[in-house]
Amino acid sequence: MQKSFLARNPSVLIFIGCLAAFTLAVTLLSEATGATFISTSFVKTLGKTLCLCLIAIAMDLVWGYCGILSLGHFAFFGLGGYMIGMWLMYERTKTIVTNSLENATLPPTADEVRDAIGTQIFGVVGGAEIPPIWLFADSLFAQLALVVLVPGLLALVFGWLAFRSRVTGVYLSILTQAMTLALSLYLFQNDSGLRGNNGLSGLQNIPGLSHISQATLSIWFFWASAVALALGYLLAVFVTNGKFGSVIRGIRDDEARVRFLGYNVEGYKLVVFTGTAVIAAIAGALYYPQAGIINPAEIAPIASIYLAVWVAIGGRGRIYGAVIGAAFVSLLSSWFTGGGAPDVPLGFYTIKWTDWWLVLLGLSFVAVTLFAPQGIGGLIDKLVRKS
Amino acid sequence: MNILKKTALCAVASGLMAGSALAADDTIKVGVLHSLSGTMAISETTLKDTMLMLIDQQNEKGGVMGKQLEAVVVDPASDWPLFAEKARELLTVHDVDVIFGNWTSVSRKSVLPVIEELNGLLFYPVQYEGEESSKNVFYTGAAPNQQAIPATDYFLDELGVEKFALLGTDYVYPRTTNKILEQYLKGKGIAESDIFVNYTPFGHSDWSKIVADVVALGADGKKVGVISTINGDANIGFYKELAAAGISADDIPVVAFSVGEEELSGLDTANLVGHLAAWNYFQSAESDANEEFIAAWKAKMGDERVTNDPMEAHYIGFNMWVNAVEAAGSTDVDAVRAAMYGQEFPNLTGGTAVMLPNHHLAKPVLIGEIQEDGQFDIISQTEEVPGDAWTDFLPESAVLKSDWKDLGCGMYNTETSTCVQIKSNY
Amino acid sequence: MFRRLLSLLCLLPLAAFAQAPSLQDVLQTQQDAVEKASRKTVDQVLAALVDAQAPGTLEFIEAWGDKRVWMRKDDKLFFYVVTDDNQTYTLLDLATRDPAGTADKRALKQLKPNSGVRSVLASYLVQFQLSDPDPARRADALTAIERAPDESHYAPLQASVADEGDATLRARKERLVRLLAVQYAPDPATRIAAIESFAGDLGVDARSVLNPILASTPVLDAPDGANIARALKPGDDLDIDTAFDLALAADKVAPIPSVAERKAALEANITDGTVGGVRLDLLNTQEGRDRAYAALSHAGTVPDWQPGLTKAAAIADLTFTEVYAEPDPAITDAAAATLASINRAVGLNQMLDLSLDALSLASIYFLAAIGLAITFGVMGVINMAHGEFIMMGAYTGYVIQQIIPDYTVSILVAVPVAFAVTFAAGVAMERLVIRWLYNRPLETLLATFGISIALQQLAKNIFGTQARPLTSPGWLDGAWVLNDVVSISYIRIAIFVLSLIFLALLLFILNRTRLGLEVRAVTQNPRMAASMGINPDRINMLTFGLGSGIAGIAGVAIGLYAKVTSELGADYIVQSFMTVVVGGVGNIWGTLLGAGLVGSLQKGIEWFNPSNTLAAQTYMILFIILFIQIRPRGIIALKGRAAGD
Repeated sequence: MQKSFLARNPSVLIFIGCLAAFTLAVTLLSEATGATFISTSFVKTLGKTLCLCLIAIAMDLVWGYCGILSLGHFAFFGLGGYMIGMWLMYERTKTIVTNSLENATLPPTADEVRDAIGTQIFGVVGGAEIPPIWLFADSLFAQLALVVLVPGLLALVFGWLAFRSRVTGVYLSILTQAMTLALSLYLFQNDSGLRGNNGLSGLQNIPGLSHISQATLSIWFFWASAVALALGYLLAVFVTNGKFGSVIRGIRDDEARVRFLGYNVEGYKLVVFTGTAVIAAIAGALYYPQAGIINPAEIAPIASIYLAVWVAIGGRGRIYGAVIGAAFVSLLSSWFTGGGAPDVPLGFYTIKWTDWWLVLLGLSFVAVTLFAPQGIGGLIDKLVRKS
Repeated sequence: MNILKKTALCAVASGLMAGSALAADDTIKVGVLHSLSGTMAISETTLKDTMLMLIDQQNEKGGVMGKQLEAVVVDPASDWPLFAEKARELLTVHDVDVIFGNWTSVSRKSVLPVIEELNGLLFYPVQYEGEESSKNVFYTGAAPNQQAIPATDYFLDELGVEKFALLGTDYVYPRTTNKILEQYLKGKGIAESDIFVNYTPFGHSDWSKIVADVVALGADGKKVGVISTINGDANIGFYKELAAAGISADDIPVVAFSVGEEELSGLDTANLVGHLAAWNYFQSAESDANEEFIAAWKAKMGDERVTNDPMEAHYIGFNMWVNAVEAAGSTDVDAVRAAMYGQEFPNLTGGTAVMLPNHHLAKPVLIGEIQEDGQFDIISQTEEVPGDAWTDFLPESAVLKSDWKDLGCGMYNTETSTCVQIKSNY
Repeated sequence: MFRRLLSLLCLLPLAAFAQAPSLQDVLQTQQDAVEKASRKTVDQVLAALVDAQAPGTLEFIEAWGDKRVWMRKDDKLFFYVVTDDNQTYTLLDLATRDPAGTADKRALKQLKPNSGVRSVLASYLVQFQLSDPDPARRADALTAIERAPDESHYAPLQASVADEGDATLRARKERLVRLLAVQYAPDPATRIAAIESFAGDLGVDARSVLNPILASTPVLDAPDGANIARALKPGDDLDIDTAFDLALAADKVAPIPSVAERKAALEANITDGTVGGVRLDLLNTQEGRDRAYAALSHAGTVPDWQPGLTKAAAIADLTFTEVYAEPDPAITDAAAATLASINRAVGLNQMLDLSLDALSLASIYFLAAIGLAITFGVMGVINMAHGEFIMMGAYTGYVIQQIIPDYTVSILVAVPVAFAVTFAAGVAMERLVIRWLYNRPLETLLATFGISIALQQLAKNIFGTQARPLTSPGWLDGAWVLNDVVSISYIRIAIFVLSLIFLALLLFILNRTRLGLEVRAVTQNPRMAASMGINPDRINMLTFGLGSGIAGIAGVAIGLYAKVTSELGADYIVQSFMTVVVGGVGNIWGTLLGAGLVGSLQKGIEWFNPSNTLAAQTYMILFIILFIQIRPRGIIALKGRAAGD
């Protein structure tokens, strides 16, 4: 007799329970409820970390389960952020412009309002015209749809081209990296219509909610991120447990054999690649309103490589491993680079962690690859099995 | 009153958190928000050290209002979203009274919403593109009319340049500056076809084609000049290619807005002698205050270190802030802000800087020729030029005015006599 | 200025009037303009000096331009100076050069006229220097003319040609005479001859005298006898606004109020919440506003305007022509024909120049990528730290230059040392990390990436984030100039030669040595090779060392031409991968073709889109992604053990 989904996957309940308890604790201790134990900036950091955990799950699906080492998922993450950012900027500016034109002698024409918005948004980067890609920026629903559609389509087209010509292994990794580089270089141009190097900023101010304090908003976004992460986790566990999961693991282990068994390998890969791109985009759309600004540097190839690092350290091929890796490494990273770690005086030389953290990260990454290829998740598995 | 409240809050908070330092009560906290790692560390670390030096000097003089200053240094790591996060941390967790920080425009735009929301106070020390005015920011670097416009005038009047190549790195400062300059040049009777604009990515290294294009501009018999807003490392390749092409400053002069003493120290300047830079400060300026400043800097950091324009901006900004706090008798942001207007402090180049109601300084503009030793030979120095938040050379900005003292508005439309917005553009 | 001089003269005691004023006196009348020399005031100073004819004037003008004149701050008198220690200066009188006391450096100010002033001074001195016995001075004079050609130079220059003994200078003079003749020769025949003599000439100077002849302006109804260039059609080859302004100036059309002006007029005419009978709240569309304005205009309160009236329509019946400033059609025709021939030649040469640039870029990519290609091909290992080996080589060069100050020697030392350092680093990395990860290519990629992060940060910790200079020896300064269009810097040529040497060297090693044979064997089939007695472990180690060593040398080369920073390697790594992927793995010819393709592609795209180099890079990467579709294994696909299988 088939056991129920939850019974087969006790980790799901444990994970969701932990996440709920964590969310509750953060909420109660945050400034939004009047306590001062967790500052708003730290709530934002935690909320962002949850989004990073979500994209790490996507990365684990595509790499840990399907064997495609994509160095491009942060591009989808960033695109998701850009799509929601366009609406946030446009609407906020529209409010400002309408307010300032309210007292004009003649009621403004639609063109005048649009021109004024253009000047406000693009005057900052030496422009004035609203580029055509902002066509839907005044509609929240359209932009929300674009959060899914734009990265999804990009992943679909890219994946179709790449898988069709049987580009695999390191070749594919390099190619995804090239795609990320091309996208970030493109966005770095002022002419890209997304404000070039400046990117979209002031995203933490949600249009229409200006009367609500950042302390409260940050908790709302924290909740939203937690819900998204929980759903993402459920989806990932569900997908990897079914037949679909078996097939993609098969592709990872021996692509040719799966193909000879009659499966449409390219189709499966394309579905995984596109689906995870969409998850990444949703994570990005939740992340950037908390970060406040998105710019092309976020999409640089290095970010996607870090993503792979998180997943590898957390442990590939287990969903909770990705979550642990992303949370652990990104929080540790901000602790070290934020000057949280005390300096180590060696007498002749003082180790400043702001300088040496990356060296440590790089080397520990080599060590994990060499000595603990299963990452932290592998260690946990061993412990669980022993007990 | 406000101080009392803050102290009380602080005491409560520290009582709750049990780990907080009690010593914080009798010091005034100064936040330093400069990248100490990442791509901008090269420029910003210098400014962090400058701030620490200034704070030490002030503490030796007895601090401010009888209290010692305490520097709170954080590292936003050249990561723009992190700037916003760290600014929030400085203002809410560390409760700093003032922040000195930022270098790039994008990092400033990232910080703006946070300090406006929390009513913080930021001193921004770098030359920038203008078109912004925040109630909570004092801009001690140059606005375009304090650097770009006088340098262009110098090209037009003194060098007789008739054709302009505006070369820049592709980001907001060059884009906006070049847009302003294009309008300005057209107003001066330069035809659009005589203005060549080119943008390159950050860290660009392959300059041969662009230099060749610039040389070819001379084909219609007009004198060509280059206005460079090329940023950072890319300058090295650019100047190397210029030198290799044998272009002397007498043939095609180059005036740069982002190349200072610090940038030249990474470069052999023998082939660049005579090319120009425009700033509000050069290390070679002759004044007693400057000699003292340079001596203190070298004593702290080592003999080979140089001083530059953003350092002077911090020097002026910090001293004005100290005087404003003394004048207001409080570190409360609104009181200090009111006391800042009209503050005067001697420049390192001689003369006096004045803080204007639009949060910009009136400062002299200097043009220097690069010398063999990597220093600048000052060949032109103007009177103090008042910084202009909104340029007069773009139609949509010409009608705007910033006056926080009397109008209480940073984006005031003089045509309709309305305040467009109280918050700034970001 | 003359009046000022006169009034000053009146004030002078009669004794001074009796003898001619000294140079110092003349300069003091212009004190401010000399001290703060400006291009706007220098003419007036020159005129005063020439008027007075005081002894030593010419020497002074020359010294002034050379920044050899100093001013004593307290009495503002001018002197020449000599000094032994740069602290105390002996002052010399301007006219007699007799010592006139000493002064401390702080009491003096060196006059530093800017280059605008210097060029005016040099231009004035031309007439005296053209026949100077010193060839260097004559050359100076010619340079001054080249920089700022002036009508006044024509006659003296022409006169000086005949007596010129120096062949090089004579050639320069003759060319300059022709250049000046184009504009300043008195009779049209000489001008036309001069113009035609430049047919096909590639010099920028030739174009710079020919183009002004063809300067033209658009006019409305050209006068009879005007030298007409062509008829203009507003909208196509003439801006509508410009055309309209011309017509307006000639009173051929009535002014048309712009949208903004009409809006202002509406705002000024609000009565009881209506404008021209239209309610205010209906004015939130352009149509509503137009209706209101039309009503006002009908009533005669505002300038006449009806909807549908545009500038283009208003000037539709007028004829515009482009008229040359030069009245003689024979001369403009000659100039146009000559320029056409020049432009053809320039176009061809620009292609050549672009090809040279592309070749140079390709050689840089080749150097950066070849090491990667070898390791990738032989071991199927992607070395993400390859860029950091390049950086390591560049820093090695920098360190060597700190130890050995002579640039030539230091570069010659740096190349082998960089090879040795990165060879060792490569071998160490292979032994410690990579050999444990064979058959796990993706993990190798990540592990080497970890090393790359660590190395990059390590370099920052050691050398700081500031770019470090790696200076090329003097003989690599400058450029090989074929003509004014085609030139390439020596340093790029050197890099090109270096990459050729490596191409040859690698071909030799791989095809002619035992090591090469073994490497090729391992590349094609490692198991078979092992069973033939080849030790694949050793081969892997040596290949990896070789690949890394070449990266180190590439680092020295790249550092010489660009900059040495900790991010230097990262800037080249993706391009290197592209080169390898496009070229095909494990084949030197493939890498060569790949580098050629990537380099020329990038330059080609830059050519089409000159105002944005970023776009060029984006399009290049897109092209490569598409290229992989057509040839997934690169240009030269290798049989046997290829990466990705």
